[in-house]
Amino acid sequence: MSTTGGSLLAASLFSVRSCFAQASQVPDIFKPASTPADSIHRLSLFVLIITALIFAVVFCLLAYAVGKFRHRATEDGREPPQVYGSNQMELAWTVVPVLIVLVLFFATARVIHSVQEAVPPPGAIQVTAIGHQFWWEFRYPALGVVTANELHIPVSDPAHPTPTFVKLLSADTDHSFWVPQLSGKTDLIPNRINSLWIDPHETGMYVGQCAQYCGTQHAKMLLRVYVDSPEQFSNWVAAEKQPAQSTDAVAVGRQIFEKTACTNCHAISGTVANGRFGPDLTHLMSRETIASGAASNTHENLKLWIRNPDSIKPGSLMPAMNLNDQDLEAVTVYLESLR
Amino acid sequence: MSSESIALTAVREPSRALSDWLYSWVTTVDHKRLGILYILYAILFLIIGGIEATIMRIQLIVPHNHFVSPQTFNQMFTMHGTTMIFFVVMPVLFGFANYLIPLIIGARDMAFPRLNAFSFWLTAFGGFLLYFSFIGGNGLYGAGGAPDVGWFAYAPLTAKTFSMGHSTDFWTLSLLVSGFGSIGTAVNLVVTIVCLRCPGMSLGKMPLLAWLNLVMGAMVLIVISPLTAAQVMLCLDRFLGAHFFDTQAGGSAVLWMHFFWIFGHPEVYVLVIPGFAFASEIIPVFSRKPIFGYPIMVAATVAIGFISMSVWAHHMFTVGMSSYGNTFFALTTMIISVPTGIKIFNWLGTMWGGKLQFKTPMLFCIGFLFQFLIAGLTGIMLSAAPFNWQLSASYFVVAHFHYVIVGAILFTIFGAFYYWFPKMSGRMYNEKLGKLHFWLFVIGFHLTFDFMHIPGILGMPRRIYTYEPGRGWEIWNLIVTIGVFFQIVAILVFVGNLLYSMFKGDPAGNDPWDAWTLEWSTSSPPPEYNFARIPAVRSRRPLWDIKHPEDPDWKYE
Repeated sequence: MSTTGGSLLAASLFSVRSCFAQASQVPDIFKPASTPADSIHRLSLFVLIITALIFAVVFCLLAYAVGKFRHRATEDGREPPQVYGSNQMELAWTVVPVLIVLVLFFATARVIHSVQEAVPPPGAIQVTAIGHQFWWEFRYPALGVVTANELHIPVSDPAHPTPTFVKLLSADTDHSFWVPQLSGKTDLIPNRINSLWIDPHETGMYVGQCAQYCGTQHAKMLLRVYVDSPEQFSNWVAAEKQPAQSTDAVAVGRQIFEKTACTNCHAISGTVANGRFGPDLTHLMSRETIASGAASNTHENLKLWIRNPDSIKPGSLMPAMNLNDQDLEAVTVYLESLR
Repeated sequence: MSSESIALTAVREPSRALSDWLYSWVTTVDHKRLGILYILYAILFLIIGGIEATIMRIQLIVPHNHFVSPQTFNQMFTMHGTTMIFFVVMPVLFGFANYLIPLIIGARDMAFPRLNAFSFWLTAFGGFLLYFSFIGGNGLYGAGGAPDVGWFAYAPLTAKTFSMGHSTDFWTLSLLVSGFGSIGTAVNLVVTIVCLRCPGMSLGKMPLLAWLNLVMGAMVLIVISPLTAAQVMLCLDRFLGAHFFDTQAGGSAVLWMHFFWIFGHPEVYVLVIPGFAFASEIIPVFSRKPIFGYPIMVAATVAIGFISMSVWAHHMFTVGMSSYGNTFFALTTMIISVPTGIKIFNWLGTMWGGKLQFKTPMLFCIGFLFQFLIAGLTGIMLSAAPFNWQLSASYFVVAHFHYVIVGAILFTIFGAFYYWFPKMSGRMYNEKLGKLHFWLFVIGFHLTFDFMHIPGILGMPRRIYTYEPGRGWEIWNLIVTIGVFFQIVAILVFVGNLLYSMFKGDPAGNDPWDAWTLEWSTSSPPPEYNFARIPAVRSRRPLWDIKHPEDPDWKYE
């Protein structure tokens, strides 16, 4: 019998947290840092305890039966007593599970209601997240900010909660917004408006990624959420609201950017570039990653991304731009000036 | 006549015999031969689907691996899922049902033998059509491509805009075709069980194998229809510009999900109920006791059949249903664990106080009980909708449903293979190799699927061809992949054992297990007409009555 596997499973379900408590960037659902993830966490511990108890009882019965009632060579060849059933026993193992189900159901219904029926308080931040193949567009309509792939939200003080309510839309196929430590996942579905909310109580960077298969590069549709202190957040908003600043030193690169196909897909506020298919680049250098988290935002990676996106993210919709080395360098330098 | 022509005839003789032999198999309408064809066909596709799984696991053994491209990986998980559900588990269960149902109810064949053959060849054609996509999927430009939209093919990824070429059409048409085959077989099973039982076998005296397959057949009739309807609508979208699921023209992506899952979830029970049926025949015989609580076992099965039609949207807890919708489907999903739990307890009750013989079929059934228990409990976790918002579409779900489909269903299927192999071939399998297969498979299964739960808890989504290092997922993915190789060796032992025993095994005799149902009363393998005289029964265990005239079952039932 496969007892080792079973106990390993049971043990691992509970010890996962301790194994990786030290590691950073582990999107562990059992290390919540925000309210919906918190209440889900409490419910899941309750469900885990009940299922563990059921497992222990039934497993002991099975192990006992296997050990106790094995046929022994010393016995005579007679058949054991033929028992056809027992109404009392069968009633017992019908009624008890029904009671367990009722308890689980009420616990579950309570959390469903508390998460789904939450009403935004006056201080709530409103964000619209739009899923694209294979990146995230984030718009803050009330603040006039547009960014991509890295969502900034303020930490929420329980005395004056500033939760973030995210409206979820899709520009093409299904996607799913999942940052395990902040909230459960909710899908972004074309022709449909979904929503989720986050009420974080610890600052930090939380990783997640698209959780609904959306095409070739589903795997590299990564997601970062920065939970900022209120000052950091207001500074970030102030910076993001500015149009792009460019100096004469990068004029060559800017000219190439504006005269090639870049502007078909990308927007840079304060310039002629106003495409909507790709991420807004107005403050590209305020982001730590490019290509929806597939690479860190360095000079070399930027250049590689413009020259041959497939080498970082095969199947991404960004075309190779076929610039000569000089122009490539100039465009990269221009992009690096977008702070 | 010259000596030359005599020599020619002598040379031609064996090849003529081969073609006659092939012809007799291709044109057969005998339920036993069709059953064996289904089973062999399923083993072929099991190996193909297993290769696809292995390719995926090699790709995921380390982060940022370059073993296959994302495009290939996406084709692999689509083909693996579609193959395993539609062209392995369903055919193998239909195969056993075909072979066993007439024998166990004392009939000479299925009710509609020619429909039976037609259904098999439709299913077979469906599988080959799906695999033809590897060379024809991209249309006429030479480069082929298998479907890459996932086995549940969510809209709008299947729309022309996102899925060019014909790979999705191959997927749609092959499921449409094999779906008709499934419906034919289901009609046949239901009619056979309802109309062709031998004298004395009232519904209440029918072996559980027949009862459970009756429920399965009825469910197939109901649930294949929405799938077929959805496939027709998808064809209309792709070829005639309809807009059922085409979101860019106002269609609904969620509509496809409803159509697919109202098929998809009952389908799980369509697959697991015949698995229950095998366990309900094997566990009593190797415990030397009748099944515990026969009436409630039947009632629980019928209840599962009904309730399973009302749980489908638990696959959709994350699509933004209202809180009332989520609450309803959480409740129905939890309720279905009650009849399922009853079954587990009744199998335990069957073993309790018996004299257990740990032959290979029984080992697989005990493995099934243990793993199905865990699969049920992770199922309860997933039914708690908020917990599901975290776990769904993660590797936790992948681990959970492989626990059901491999740990429960495939284990009972292996049990059934070993249990009925002597009847089908007339020879015993090798018990040592059987046990080796069991232990290797148990080790491989638990290495792979126990540890697969953990990356899901740590936030790893399914269907990603690669992953970032530093998220705590590496070690678990490595262990999961190592387990696969144990499973491969186990399957090789299994196939080797079947081939060896087919030709070299000891003669099995009519009744090697000292069993109680009618298939063991005829010769091994049974003659084409099954029974020289149609038997008459007085209880659920007619052979027990014959072997124990002093203490027959019919006195108590």
